[in-house]
Amino acid sequence: MTDQELIWRIAGGSGDGIDSTSRNFAKALMRSGLDVFTHRHYPSRIRGGHTYVEVRAASEEVRSRGDGYNVLLALGDSFARNPQEDAYYGKEELKPLTENFDDLREGGVIIYDEGLIDEEQAEEVGLHEKAEENGWYVYPVNLRAIAKEHGREVMRNNAGIGVMSTLLDFDTSYYEEIIGEVFNEEIAEANRTVIRDGAGTAEEFDEHPDLQMPTAEEHDEEQALVSGSDAIAYGSLDAGCRFISGYPMTPWTDVFTIMSQNLPKFGGISEQVEDEIAAASLALGASHAGVKAMSGSSGGGFALMSEPLGLAEMTETPVVLVEAMRAGPSTGMPTKPEQADLEHVLYTSQGDSTRVVLAPGNHEECYEQIRTAFEIAYDYQIPTVLIYDQKLQGELRNINVSFFDREPDGDPGSVLTEDEIEEAAHHNSGKFQRFNYDRDKEVSPRTVPGQKGGRYLATGNEHNESGHISEDPTNRVLQMDSRLGKFEYIREELDEKGNQTHYGPDEAQYGIMTWGSHQDTVFEAVDRLNEAGHSVKALGVSDMMPYPAEEVTAFLESVEECLVVEMNATGQFRGLTQKELGRFGPKLSSLLKYNGNPFEPAEIVEGFETSINGEELGDTTMKYVPAAGD
Amino acid sequence: MSAFTAIGEDREIDQNEFTPGIEPQATWCPGCGDFSVLKALKQAMPEVGRTPDEVLLCTGIGCSGKLNSYFESYGFHTIHGRSLPVARAAKLANPGVEVIAAGGDGDGYGIGGNHFMHTARENHDMTYIVFNNEIFGLTKGQTSPTSPKGHKSKTQPSGSAKDPIRPLSLALASGASYVARTAAVNPNQAADILAEAIEHDGFAHVDFLTQCPTWNKDARQYVPYVDVQQSDDFEFDVTDRQEAGEMMYEVESKLYEGEVLTGRFYKNDRPSYGEEKRATGEMPEEPLAERYFDEDAQWERAADELIEKHT
Ligand SMILES: Cc1ncc(C[n+]2csc(CCOP(=O)(O)OP(=O)(O)O)c2C)c(N)n1
Ligand code: SF4
Ligand SMILES: [Mg+2]
Repeated sequence: MTDQELIWRIAGGSGDGIDSTSRNFAKALMRSGLDVFTHRHYPSRIRGGHTYVEVRAASEEVRSRGDGYNVLLALGDSFARNPQEDAYYGKEELKPLTENFDDLREGGVIIYDEGLIDEEQAEEVGLHEKAEENGWYVYPVNLRAIAKEHGREVMRNNAGIGVMSTLLDFDTSYYEEIIGEVFNEEIAEANRTVIRDGAGTAEEFDEHPDLQMPTAEEHDEEQALVSGSDAIAYGSLDAGCRFISGYPMTPWTDVFTIMSQNLPKFGGISEQVEDEIAAASLALGASHAGVKAMSGSSGGGFALMSEPLGLAEMTETPVVLVEAMRAGPSTGMPTKPEQADLEHVLYTSQGDSTRVVLAPGNHEECYEQIRTAFEIAYDYQIPTVLIYDQKLQGELRNINVSFFDREPDGDPGSVLTEDEIEEAAHHNSGKFQRFNYDRDKEVSPRTVPGQKGGRYLATGNEHNESGHISEDPTNRVLQMDSRLGKFEYIREELDEKGNQTHYGPDEAQYGIMTWGSHQDTVFEAVDRLNEAGHSVKALGVSDMMPYPAEEVTAFLESVEECLVVEMNATGQFRGLTQKELGRFGPKLSSLLKYNGNPFEPAEIVEGFETSINGEELGDTTMKYVPAAGD
Repeated sequence: MSAFTAIGEDREIDQNEFTPGIEPQATWCPGCGDFSVLKALKQAMPEVGRTPDEVLLCTGIGCSGKLNSYFESYGFHTIHGRSLPVARAAKLANPGVEVIAAGGDGDGYGIGGNHFMHTARENHDMTYIVFNNEIFGLTKGQTSPTSPKGHKSKTQPSGSAKDPIRPLSLALASGASYVARTAAVNPNQAADILAEAIEHDGFAHVDFLTQCPTWNKDARQYVPYVDVQQSDDFEFDVTDRQEAGEMMYEVESKLYEGEVLTGRFYKNDRPSYGEEKRATGEMPEEPLAERYFDEDAQWERAADELIEKHT
């Protein structure tokens, strides 16, 4: 977007240390005063396969991945499959170079490891020709040789950092500081030597790129580099959650891992169990016994939770589940983002079952909304699901440290104490009336096992006020209406939270709506569109259930047309909006993408412009679906 | 002070306290073996010194799952096959609560088989009663995982081609630390075994033979039965895994030859899961549930403990 931004890609195979190098690099840039945002692209493989991490950095706020990138550090895939097989797999060891040609901007920089990709191979894939065409600056350096000379081969990433420091005039002091924090002194020193040698080697190059490292004054306040998963886990802990049960599945595993590593320190319990049916059921059992509990999974695992989810609703057992979307259907593309589980999460489980569903749009919202999820679940005794995706899960971004300065919440919600139980309604046989007809905000306070005088029956069957199974028609309707009636009050509560995010001018001709992880990318596109003379505002919606009908109505009424941007093939959020607010159908069109790569801001700009001009999208991986009746 | 004063309360207990005023009479078919489970369980409670407010009974779905309706205590009548994961988490959340899980043979050995294996493996301190009537009762008589080979039902019209599951052996192999079998026709032995199972500090599995006169007419009434501890014909050490395994194999085979062998088959005092987990430092010493009711509880904050490493 501007010359002052760096979008750096480090590319190699899974297992090449790309994640840790990019994390350290992003943190160093953050400490230097820049804003940073990362984007990961990796295959479902432990070793090898084309992987990259992008770090976008600028002196002004950065809140999304950018358009393409401008510096490539290509390490070569050291775990590539047998070159004899290249007819089938392509030349894997070259992929860190070749797969990244398309997105490199004009005037961009390529540093590649000559130790893995030799001159001849580079020529074969047309590197020089392409460089000529695009004005790229290309720097072959034997990074492995440098690394091996002073330490071990894995340190070649840092040789690359050294080369960059010379070419882009990048001050490595923050980076070296971090190296000192993560390694013992001996290894840290070896790494520093590798960096210096890389920097020295690059002195040989006469020609330097135009691009230089952006610089900034220090941030006004201390920053933390966090992922969406960090924010969800920390929000859960601060919400008083002390029990998690789960079964690993990408990308949900991340939240499960962070919780498992920290719960013991927080006096809580984490359980890795036999399957996701058990995982959800354990969370219910812990909650039933009075503990704030959560579970979660990704698409396939969440499908297994369908029946316990319904049980939670029927028994009015509070529980928080998180659903981390990845590209489906079935096993799909396990490490690629998609937003195609919305309908799955909204509607799974039998009967007129229901639940609260929230979809945070960025890291801060992940923290805020998981806390809201716990509040709603425990106050209203209803399952609450936080839905997010592989993109938000792994993106690192800097946030003010002070953002996390919050009070924890150990309140177990609408539960009685033993003193209150004594006063509460009981059946004349002594059983506590757990499911009263007469309720405040349709909530009937619960008791938990071990409390004197609180015994009752929780059952997935329809039940009467004491929890005993009942098929009495009058009771049935009263109980159903109580369970469903909560939504009116929850909607009011959510309105007070203000989970929807409005962006752009108050008055605008056009609207763009989105949900979940693309929110801030859409907002960046909206800035550009308005700068280019369009009149556009945006709405990022988080409340999926109960749907914020009034707020969306006001937004849609205020614009002539609205483009709904989401990362799936069938326009699920647009469908939800049409289900809730049918009369706006003719105003809504969709911009969709489902190839496994998230939108770039420029793509949304392009999609918007072609849509208002009534043109066809050109050569693109997006899909435009016009309004019904167009 | 504990927020759960029912736990550990020391007082006279009458088994009639466990009869709910709301549904004092069970609706099982006349002659159903399930009545005996209910009776034996009520009888065991004063013996183990537990009151209705400190017991959590979790059941699955089936005729057997109705136990919750006829037994007065805290109850969680879950979904088909899932009583164990609900029950064991409640135990972790508040170890002072006496947790009992119960369900049918279809529920526990079929649809919930994975949970059975893993709950036994983990050796949670709880009791699991399986109403083994060798049939799907509630859904009207289909072949179950314990139905004998050749058993005919509406869904296996030519007779089951499958060998039945071996529930005792399965429990042993999975890691249960107490394994017994009793029968509805022997209420006193049943009450004793249930009391022992409840008092056992680990996962106690009781395979309870419950005749279903409605759908399993050709099944035995589980008489005559033999208590292997009472009989001179059986000599084995219940604490010896290998001997126990051999005994179970014989007992399981004999059932299908018409000989009903009951009793305790295995007992081992390996530490329960709660103890093991506390030993790793991954479970608090104080019952987790207490914290939520303690107004002075200190809640750790992410800001204090975790943010620094991100800066
Ligand atoms: C997921 C699911 N599948 C099927 C059923 C229907 N169903 C209810 S009880 C039952 C089997 C009951 O057999 P068993 O567990 O042996 O219990 P019993 O009735 O014999 O005590 C079945 C299949 C159900 N409730 N839920
Ligand atoms: S159907 Fe069988 S198991 Fe069910 S209540 Fe009747 S006799 Fe008992
Ligand atoms: Mg049965």
